[in-house]
Order: sequence, then structure tokens, then C-alpha cells
Amino acid sequence: MSELLERAQALLERAHGGEEMEVFISRGVETEIQAYQGEVENLSSSSSAEIGIRILIDGPQGARVGSAYAGSLDEEAIVEAITNARDNARYATEDEFVAFARPDGVSAVTLSLSDPRVSTTSMDEKVALAIELEAMVRGGDQRIRQVDSANYSDYVADAAIVTTTGIAATLERSGAYVSVEAIASEGDEDQTGWGLSVGRAPGDLSLEKASSDAIRRATRMLGAVKAPSSKGIAVFDPRTAATLWSLMGSALSGDAVVRGRSFFAGRLGELVASPLVTLIDDPTDPRHFAASPFDSEGLASRRNELITEGQLQRFVYDTVSGRRAGTASTGNAVRGGVSGSPSAGCRALQLVPGEYDQDEIFRRVGNGVFVESLTGVHSGVNPISGDFSVGITGLMIRDGVLAEPIREVTIASTLQRMLLDVVYVGNDVEWLPGTTAAQTLAIDAISLSGS
Amino acid sequence: MNMSDTLVARDVVQRVLNESMGRGAHFAEVFVEDRANASASLDQRRIQELSSARARGAGVRVVVGETTGFAHTADLSESGLLTAARAAAAVAREGRGGVREVDLENLREYPSRAQVSPSSVEKSAKIELMMRADEVARSRDDAISQVQVGMSDSTRRFLVANSEGIFAADEQVRTRFAVSCVANGDGGMQTGYRPLAATRGFEFLSIDSIEEAALGAAQQALTKLSARPAPSGDLPVVLAGGSGGILFHEACGHGLEADAVMKQASVYAGKVGELVASPLVTLVDDGTMMGEWGYLAIDDEGRPGARNVLIENGVLTDYMWDYLRARKQGRASSGNGRRQSYAHLPMVRMTNTYLLAGDADADEIVAQTPRGVYVAQLGGGQVNTATGDFVFGATAAFMIENGRITTPLRDCNLIGNGPEILKRVDAVATDFSTTPGTCGKDGQQVAVGCGQATMRLSGITIGGTAA
Repeated sequence: MSELLERAQALLERAHGGEEMEVFISRGVETEIQAYQGEVENLSSSSSAEIGIRILIDGPQGARVGSAYAGSLDEEAIVEAITNARDNARYATEDEFVAFARPDGVSAVTLSLSDPRVSTTSMDEKVALAIELEAMVRGGDQRIRQVDSANYSDYVADAAIVTTTGIAATLERSGAYVSVEAIASEGDEDQTGWGLSVGRAPGDLSLEKASSDAIRRATRMLGAVKAPSSKGIAVFDPRTAATLWSLMGSALSGDAVVRGRSFFAGRLGELVASPLVTLIDDPTDPRHFAASPFDSEGLASRRNELITEGQLQRFVYDTVSGRRAGTASTGNAVRGGVSGSPSAGCRALQLVPGEYDQDEIFRRVGNGVFVESLTGVHSGVNPISGDFSVGITGLMIRDGVLAEPIREVTIASTLQRMLLDVVYVGNDVEWLPGTTAAQTLAIDAISLSGS
Repeated sequence: MNMSDTLVARDVVQRVLNESMGRGAHFAEVFVEDRANASASLDQRRIQELSSARARGAGVRVVVGETTGFAHTADLSESGLLTAARAAAAVAREGRGGVREVDLENLREYPSRAQVSPSSVEKSAKIELMMRADEVARSRDDAISQVQVGMSDSTRRFLVANSEGIFAADEQVRTRFAVSCVANGDGGMQTGYRPLAATRGFEFLSIDSIEEAALGAAQQALTKLSARPAPSGDLPVVLAGGSGGILFHEACGHGLEADAVMKQASVYAGKVGELVASPLVTLVDDGTMMGEWGYLAIDDEGRPGARNVLIENGVLTDYMWDYLRARKQGRASSGNGRRQSYAHLPMVRMTNTYLLAGDADADEIVAQTPRGVYVAQLGGGQVNTATGDFVFGATAAFMIENGRITTPLRDCNLIGNGPEILKRVDAVATDFSTTPGTCGKDGQQVAVGCGQATMRLSGITIGGTAA
């Protein structure tokens, strides 16, 4: 048993009679490097440890939970957190559905998510990656005028979640990223593009991919014009498609459904999407960057098929929303870090790939708009009503190939319509950072608003 | 209580700075923070899990030439701080070791202006306010199907000291209360939202203000039940006073932050003294607006908050600066160095950014708009500072037809290019008000205020679906 798990379990002994307790401890070491003009601009390396305590008290009308967080594992901080969590629990409304997770017999997959090379790679080598990345972008195309930032970052973390109800989960993971933002110029005009590469360790990273993506995206936007308003097919690149599926995923949360905040509520079994759409949440898939053997309540991760050939199959649940819906957790508890409370969410979404690559989709679409970046997603998409309106940059598609770049335009529809209007799904899956992998996606009946 | 006593003693701070400077650094800073947050939410008529959070720690920053080394620690003992100092100073490769003496000023302390400390308030009193908001919102109409009330407060004490002698401590207390409603109608669900937030204590919240917020959120959701899709294409837009200030936050605020400017990653770089906006535009960033969400007595580098005029009668007058960027230009910081927490590096951030009021009448502006869109509430935005292209979202909007506000519109984004849109401000009224927001930049969130009076843009692209 890991030392962290032992430490967390020892704290459970501090639960009072009649209480249940959950302890979530996370530790990590992080490095961040930014290169600028061939030098290190910022270098930060620090370790941290955090603890979240939740205490549950049962009562005649149900249970109440209070929580507290501390940014250190000092005894004084832990004592304060336990005291606060206990006091906070007194004020919640008793709720028959509130409970901590209990082992449900599903065994966790074994995943190797932590790569020792994050720790064994020297700081000098990491610095060299950031500096090299910047140089590759600056030297990659004479139209690149500036590199706003070239970043390297990595982390190694381990965590333990234990409860007095029998949960005992541990997790170790590492990650490494490079990202770069390029500014391309021609005359008075500037355009930007960013590229990234992600892996479990520095050795997994492709500076070539990150730099060429940034250069291509920035330079091919040069000469962008404001397109006239129109309505038709929009083709989303894997990155922007991932954003769309994340938004769809938030409406598939059992929390949103049981609280009457999802447009999918009451539609199980119905055809909600094009038959091309089979959407799966599978954190057990090791290819997924968000893969993990356990969810944020310490239950084993599992594969859940949410939409099958357009038909709505199931929602994702954590313990409480599952109970509220009269079912069980699907292993989909998520939380915003150690200080957050669990809620239900998609953890590792992927759409079953289609048969065409991106170029073939352009050919089949003929005329439309290719979307390479989205802006204003948090201000222009309402996952409750489904209203969707975002700023984009990208290129027009004419006669089956990419044509002029466009900027300062929006696209709009509703999330409900967009699902039904999917016309092509690509085979070019990208395993992106975050909780969504995606491939090129074509959606019809999108309103483009421009000049 | 002497605030600094409870964080780190002066002589320890002194020794940590001495150590940080030892390897030939040009600048060193210690930032010690102790933050306590409390939050509660009400959903489905139930008080959910209350939570408390406490985070204490220090960040040490060491600058050598163009390079900044940074390390943070939750260990506030002298040895913990010295370890962080050595880690941050490791970027200095001269490796001489040893110490260099730093002279600190007498501690400048800025005690909290909060009258009622959130930690002194009974949790049951907070819960009563939340239940009241729920009740009031639901009583507005049976179509209100969901009400969510969120409340949070934070008390953030910090101490900042640097190698140039700055030694200052502040206590920032912020209180926030927000109501979200969902209304159910034949055409699906619609949402309404009202935030109340201030750099003040619990005294900031009154029954009247929370009832007004609850009713406002409910009404907004109800109104949108009959909303039509927003138009697409260019139209004149009238922005109601308050949240319309987000337009300036995005259209030029971020582009006037000196970090973007100095990397030539802003369309406003090199434009000081030039006409960049309509002469009706005088834009100010003002950390001294007492009680506002973006208020600060000192910034996170120990510099007093200031009122900085960024654009005066359309002419760009200055950018916003933090210590590092100002030092390179041989000038003083403008009090805009901010950080999310001790575990983050400071950078240039806005405080309260607003357009000064004009002399037009708000109703007249609408009356003189034959056809356009009236935006009653904005819900955030995003900008690419290098191209100037920005979006902002309308969460409550209406058509203007024949000079009158008519049909409600569904949520949509508006899109424009900063320098072009600033020139299209063709009317500014007198009814100034402000709105709170959370601004994200490079992964760091800080509290900011926005403000303006009712104003009109002669045209901007509206991202709806209707012709």
C-alpha cells in the first residue's frame, strides 16, 4: 500500500461516531518554463500538497455533507479542515440522496500513467526544449514576426481518495506539454496560431508538430477577410470539434439532467443525433490523455456508451446524481481539484471514427467553412437552452478544397440541431489534452454571420 | 491585530530576500499569502454542501537579466522560505552564493475596509439570504423551474517585500452572491443570471439587493422564453450601462496591458498619442474605486492602486504596467501587477476598467436608433490581442425597432475588431454603472470590475441565426 494511501486512511480514524468521512490528498511537483528571444523568460518549479475533507452526517430526512480544503498537509491545517468540514455539514439540508460512494464491485483497470522520465530529465534539458521550440517557430517561416510565448511544462502527481464507506483508491500520473503561439505578419496585418504537443514525459513531445502547427495556423490566416453571411456546412478541425463534444458532454451530465438543466432530459432512447454519431466516454482507454483507473470519488472507471448511432443511450452519473435518478454511479464523478465537490461529468469522450480523412471531407462538402479556432465559447454557448453562437477563424472551402482565410465572423445554431445535422465524421482522431479526443467533423445548417 | 505578525516576521523576510539576491540577482520579491474562502450554494430548494478553504504559502521571485525564477511553498517557516528562495535563485547561473543586504521600508499596512468580516457572520445568516433569494425568484412565476443561489466570500491577507525596499501588507475581503434561474416554456428552457459582488464585507448584502437580484434573474429567464433567434450581420447596437463595459475590457483593455504591448503582441503597440477611438471614448482603469470588485489598496507587488487614464477623448494616453514591464521602460508601475495566488507569478492585469459617462440621455439614444439591437446584459468575452478581434456574449438582448425596444432575443455573441469598433462609439449617456466579473489570463483568474453608461455602436456584427 502506498505511503499516501496509508496517510489518508490514518486520518479516517478521526471521524466521530455517526459520521462518514472522505479524505482526498493530492501531491505534485510542477515545472513551467517560458522561453523568449532565446532566453528563459520564466522558470518555475515547485511542489505542493493539498487535502480535501468531506464529512457526512446522517439524519431522519437524509444525509448532510460539509467540506473543507487545506493547501498543506500540516497537522494544524488538517485539524482546521476537519473542524470546518464538520461544522459545515450542520448547515446543509438533509437529503435522502446524499451519500458517499461505496465499493460497487467493478474492478479498476491497470493503467501506466506516470512516466519516471519527467523526474529524471534534467532542468537544462527541459529548458532546451522550450528554447528550441521558440527557435523552430521563429526560423520556420520568414513571415513569423514574433513568438509570444514558447512554453514547456510538466508535472508528476499522486493522489489518494479514501472513505469510511470502504473506498480506497490511489492514482499516480505525469504529464508533459509544449505549446507555442506564433504571430505571422504581412504588411500591417498580424495573424496568430498556436501549436501544442502533449505526452506523459518530455520524450513523448514532438516539437516538430507543435511548431509546424503554430506556423501553419498563423501564416495561412494572412490575408483573412470578413466573409459574407451565409448558411451551410461548417467543418470543424479536431481541436474545435473537441470543444463541441465537451459542450455536448456537459448536457449529458446526470447532474444537469436530474436538476432539470439539460436539453437531453427525458429523451433517453430517442434519436437525438445523426446516425453517424456514436459517442463514448471511456477513461479506461490508455490512448486518452485523461485516462485514469478511478473517478473523483474513487470508483473504478468504466466505458459508457452515451449515444449509439444517434440514439441517446445513457447519462453519466456520480453517486449522488445516480441515486437521485434511481440508478447507480457510472464512475463519472469529476471535481474541480481537491477543493471541489464531486459532480457528474464526462471524463474521456471520444466519437467513434468515421471513414474519411480531412481532405476527403473537404471534397465531399464542396463548399462551406473550415473552422480552426473558436472564441467566446463561455459567453456565447448556453448548455441549458442549447443556444450556440461563437466567433471563429478559419478558411472557406470552395470546390472541395481550402480557399481564402476568414476572420471576424461568427457561426451559430443550437447544440440540439448541430447533433442532428452532423454530416461527416473524420477518421483522423487526435488524442488531445483535456477530457475530449476528437476528429474532423462536418455539421450542416450552420449560420455564418459576417459582412 | 498586527496583520504582518501572523504571516512572516520582518527579519525573516529580510533574510529570505538577502538570500534571494545573493547569486547576483537584479530583483527579488517575497509574497506571503493567507487566504480563507467560504462558499455555499442552494439548488433545488436545498442548501448543498458548504465548503471552506484555507491556503497559506509564499512565492519567491528572483529576476536575473531577462529571466525570472520562481518557486512557491506552503511551508512558511524560515527554512521553507529559504528553500524556495534558493530554488527561485537557481536561475542565476553566476553561482556566487552568499547574501546581499536589502533595505526594507517601514511596513505599510492597509487594514481591511470591510465592516463586517465574513468569518464573523453566522452561517445560518448567509443561508437565510440564500433561501430568501430562492423564494423570491420562484414567486415571480410558475414557469421558473430551477433556482440556484451561490454565495462566497474570501479574506486574503498578504505581505509583499522586495529587494527595492517595498514592504507592505494588505487584507482584501470580497463577497459575492449570485442567482441563476431556469424558466421552462413551450420552446425549451431559458436562463437568467444576476451577480452581486464587491470588495467589501457582509455589510454589502442587504435583503433588498438580493431580492432585486433574484427577481432580475427570474425576469431575465422568463423574458427569454419568448425570445427569437438573434439577427446575423451588422447592426447598430445599444449597450445598457454596467455590463457593457466588458466591451472595453475585451476590445482594448487586454491590448493595453504592457506585457502584450512589449512583446508587440497587441494592436495598440506603438500607438500612444494616436487617435485610437471615437472622441467620445475616455477609458480609465481605476484600482482606487473603493468597494468595487476590482478595487485594491495595493496591487500584489505592493504598489498602491491607482487611477490610470488609458484613452482620453479617443487618444491613447498610456498602457497598464506591472513592476517588471515598467522597469524595462524605466518608469513606475501603474499598480496593475496582480496574481491569482502566492503560487502564481504576477502579471499586468486590469482592476476596474470603465468608460467615463457622456452627456446623452439613455432613452434618447434608443429613441434615435431606427433599427438595431439593445443589449441589456453582457456575459463575458474573449480577445486575440495581436489581431484585435474580440467577441462578447449577450445574455439579455432585444430588438430595437423604430426607436423602441421590442422583441427579446436568444443568447448570441457579437464580434468585432477592437480598433475599428472603438471608432464606432457614437453616443454615450450619463447613466454610469458597474458590473463585477472574473478575468482569466494565462490560466490565472482575478476579480475585475467593468463599467460604462448606456452607449451606442454605429455597427457591429451580431452572431445570430436569423436573416
